[in-house]
Amino acid sequence: MSAKNVTTASFEADVLKSTKPVMVDFWAEWCGPCRQVSPILDAIAEEYADKIEIVKVNVDNEPDLAVKYGIVSIPAMQVFQGGEVVKSIIGAKPKSVLVNDLADFLK
Amino acid sequence: MRDVIIVGSGPAGFTAAIYTGRAGLKPVLIASSVEVGGELMKTTEVENFPGFPEGIMGPGLMANFQEQAEKFGTEVVYDDVVSVDLAGDVKIVKTGLGETYEAKTVILATGAAYRELGIPREKELSGYGVSWCATCDGFFFRDLKIAVVGGGDSAMEEANFLTRFASKVYLIHRRDTFKASKIMVDRALNNPKIEVIYNSEVSELHGEPKLTGLTLRNTVDGSTSQLDVEGLFIAIGNDPRTELVKDQLEITAEGFIKVDGRSSKTTLPGVFACGDVIDPTYRQAITAAASGCVAALDAEHFLTNH
Repeated sequence: MSAKNVTTASFEADVLKSTKPVMVDFWAEWCGPCRQVSPILDAIAEEYADKIEIVKVNVDNEPDLAVKYGIVSIPAMQVFQGGEVVKSIIGAKPKSVLVNDLADFLK
Repeated sequence: MRDVIIVGSGPAGFTAAIYTGRAGLKPVLIASSVEVGGELMKTTEVENFPGFPEGIMGPGLMANFQEQAEKFGTEVVYDDVVSVDLAGDVKIVKTGLGETYEAKTVILATGAAYRELGIPREKELSGYGVSWCATCDGFFFRDLKIAVVGGGDSAMEEANFLTRFASKVYLIHRRDTFKASKIMVDRALNNPKIEVIYNSEVSELHGEPKLTGLTLRNTVDGSTSQLDVEGLFIAIGNDPRTELVKDQLEITAEGFIKVDGRSSKTTLPGVFACGDVIDPTYRQAITAAASGCVAALDAEHFLTNH
């Protein structure tokens, strides 16, 4: 299962209004480390499907969202809860490190 | 027990896999949990890899390497090696997910890791203006002023690449001549968006929460100056990754795994090394690939005779 693609138009409904925590993966085709971390995020999404939702924003297609959330480095993963960014993770990391970083949301 | 374990997934590791795979040795290649594909995953267009006259994107080239290795029976494991025991006839490799692999030979292709400047706030601002990956992050600096630090080919390539986005790229170098190849230096010097700042190093980083500027220190007279930039791309070279093996194998004075002459033989029988982890000089995708081929043939020869 691969993560849902979110656009500027669907961001409010899919992310800001979600009742579950949502981790947004800001990524692009041309970013090697984004490709490297993508299967790891898919695995986390599957394993913790009842705790957190993981979605993707393609920064090429949605530059306004990238600017709005201050992205200057990708992959950037931001966790939203109640419409606010509550956690930022930057750079590709091993699954164990990401799970540890996200511990508060996976309980 | 297996015949061969390959540690590393750059051009050296995958070439060793292609050769040992074709030789019927069913290699297992431990690719790392994240950095699969190695250094080329952070580059854009690779123009000098023979066989691709139109050039090829770094990540695309590495996907091809992997496809070719898997076609000949390589098992790719997405995990990190955490310890090795190389001294005996049975080589033991343990990974982060708790797996143990045993084989008669090991090929080390662990490559090199990027070097940090070693100045205050570098980690804190990493991802907030300080970057080691121009291809990942250049996009976010459209019409902004940025700086690249370094004097080798990768610094030149990054500076040139970043002019696609930035309004101005300062190229900061601590000497007055470059180590980079002439074609790369000429390209940078002829680029109207690039301004070279010679004999200078970055001594301080400013900005909160994002980078807004640098303090530069002149390496000749020690004077300091300020430079307003929103991005700093660090390309000051790499260090060979030998932590796993440095207590078991001989390491050269420069910090590379020591190999015998033009071979890949380390100081332990059945243990071979290739690619950037043995190469203080050339460090190209093609030389790493060639070195991976050498290691595969050496391992094959060793297995025939033992």
